[in-house]
Amino acid sequence: MAEYQNIFTRVQIDAPIYPGVPLPRGGVWARKGGRFIHLFGRFGDAQIGPFYLGTTGLLSLICGFIAFEIIGLNMWASVHWNPVQFVRQLPWLALEPPSPANGLHIPTLQNGGWWLLAGMFLTSSVLLWWLRMYRRARALGMGTHVAWAFAAAIWLMLVLGIIRPVLMGSFGEAVPFGIFPHLDWVASFSIRYGNLFYNPFHCLSIAFLYGSTLLFAMHAGTILAVSRLGGDRELEQILDRGTAAERAALFWRWTMGFNATMESIHRWAWWFAVLCPLTGGIGILLTGTVVDNWYLWAVKHHVAPIYPYVFPPVIDPATLPGAMK
Amino acid sequence: MNHSSAVWPARAMASTLLIAGFALLSGCWERPPVNTVQSGIRGIGSQQVINPRLDAVKYAKNQIPEPIPPADADGPPATLIYQNLQVLKDLNIGQFTRVMQSNVQWVAPEQACNYCHEDNMASDAKYTKRVARRMLEMVRHINKDWRSHVGATGVTCWTCHRGRPVPEYRWYIDPGQSAESGLIAGNAGKNKPSTVAGYSALPNDPFTPYLLGSENIRVQATQALRGTDFSSIKQTERTYAFMISIAQALGVNCNYCHATRALELWDQSTPRRATAWYGIRMVRDLNNNVMVPLTSTFPEHRLGVLGDVAKIACITCHQGVFKPLYGVSMAKNYPELYGGDHPVWETHPAEAPADASTPPAAPPPSSAPVQTPPTAALVSPH
Repeated sequence: MAEYQNIFTRVQIDAPIYPGVPLPRGGVWARKGGRFIHLFGRFGDAQIGPFYLGTTGLLSLICGFIAFEIIGLNMWASVHWNPVQFVRQLPWLALEPPSPANGLHIPTLQNGGWWLLAGMFLTSSVLLWWLRMYRRARALGMGTHVAWAFAAAIWLMLVLGIIRPVLMGSFGEAVPFGIFPHLDWVASFSIRYGNLFYNPFHCLSIAFLYGSTLLFAMHAGTILAVSRLGGDRELEQILDRGTAAERAALFWRWTMGFNATMESIHRWAWWFAVLCPLTGGIGILLTGTVVDNWYLWAVKHHVAPIYPYVFPPVIDPATLPGAMK
Repeated sequence: MNHSSAVWPARAMASTLLIAGFALLSGCWERPPVNTVQSGIRGIGSQQVINPRLDAVKYAKNQIPEPIPPADADGPPATLIYQNLQVLKDLNIGQFTRVMQSNVQWVAPEQACNYCHEDNMASDAKYTKRVARRMLEMVRHINKDWRSHVGATGVTCWTCHRGRPVPEYRWYIDPGQSAESGLIAGNAGKNKPSTVAGYSALPNDPFTPYLLGSENIRVQATQALRGTDFSSIKQTERTYAFMISIAQALGVNCNYCHATRALELWDQSTPRRATAWYGIRMVRDLNNNVMVPLTSTFPEHRLGVLGDVAKIACITCHQGVFKPLYGVSMAKNYPELYGGDHPVWETHPAEAPADASTPPAAPPPSSAPVQTPPTAALVSPH
């Protein structure tokens, strides 16, 4: 017989829909609805809903839909409204920002105007969604950690899409909306600015990105490993450290000499995740506005090593006397 | 346990399917072996990626035909016998006939003489003859004036034509996005599968700016802080696409020419970058001064969508090999393709001077059985 002794169990709870904690004010209509989906229960909570849409949520979805349509319809038009080619070429298609010659002027629709509109609606959508996250957290009497983590991601998006282009004086510096095109943009960005791997903020961002996945795996692994001892009840273990927390901590002290606590591990994870786009955004913001060639910057500051030359010295032919253009 | 042994075949099958599906889905997947050959200082990934299986196929496709025996140096000048000779006036009758025979072998093996000539050999009625005349001038021009790129190896008609009247690898100006209506966003000549740029979404005509026009290719600043270079990302994307097209044309990686950590710096580049620099100027010269003036000579069906003539890119000669035909010099057996004032013309063909700057990666002669092709990556530390 299956027993519900542990939250990491294959048993699904079948109970009346849970409407949530009582709130001091408002949000009553949103408490209606909700149902169970067995499949979802295999991955998380089987209860779906109640869903709170609200004004910000509704406006956010509308703005997001408009941006999605502007991008998608322009992509479709670029293959002459051919549905088959639209699917086949989808990874290559994009909505392109204005040409560099346009500067910061309002472009025509053909020359990046659609891109600017899509960007505007997408930004509105994301900011409204942020407001919704913040307000829902407040309504539940929670802290606003999730909203601020989301804000870190929005920061990186805005740096790439609008803040840096404005500082550079050209919307054409921004990223196209497209699957491969945005990747090509990334590669070109690194080429143009002398190899982004030498950008220290890029280094930090990567460290926090990979660090986040590492921490996530370490934490999840630790908790799963001590759940048989009640370690899955993390909050109780924070308050009243039991054998699960003790064993988990000792495990890490044994293996690497140091352990996070049941409480601090969540701060580690939050800061690693948040610092990834935060430092990345700083790195992007400095590129082109302050630093023009990261490799040469790294040489200047003795970061990049010099390797021995294996070829005879090469002279730029363009610098030879009487060189052709 | 019985339980797990029953599950095992199903799981194995599922994972096999998963792996097979992944292999199918990743379009650029290349069947191993994929080897690397060091091409710079050790330990920094300065190496060329080589697939011996695919290289063997390429090597077999890039062989030279048996040379026609040399012509007798003595003989009456060709101008005494043939009329309307404009380019090969310095040849004797034996040499002239040899060039004509070679042209058939290299360019029109199926159509033969009639591809260019009327019954009256002197007639210029066929456009193919008027083009061929200019092509012979071009070959002599390359061998004489572009030694900075072709070295002592030189070129022949075969270098591009390979037995086809129209070289397989040529390009036309990309007509770009033909807008459905004025409201549709333009795609800046990109955001389509770019066959010339590694199937990226980069510009699919990176040739017009650099191999027809002389737009600035260099987009990296040469100082750390801002102030000297204002190249845009879109310019960079064009340069990037163009550079990928060269890498594809030569069947090499970026670091064949560049130190990829500092692409712009010449003091960290390999000597091949200088050769390529001249190559870009050579192709630009040939496109503007040979091909474009021939536009009205060609019939309409030979022209591009915009009515432009077929043009040359790196791949036209290189055809996927770091040196066309693996660096085997065909031209040294054909002094006729140099013209009178060239040293090769005065010495015996076999004594053509070796170019020190381009160490020959000499593969066995074409008669030898196909074996391991030479690689582009051999380091020769000095």
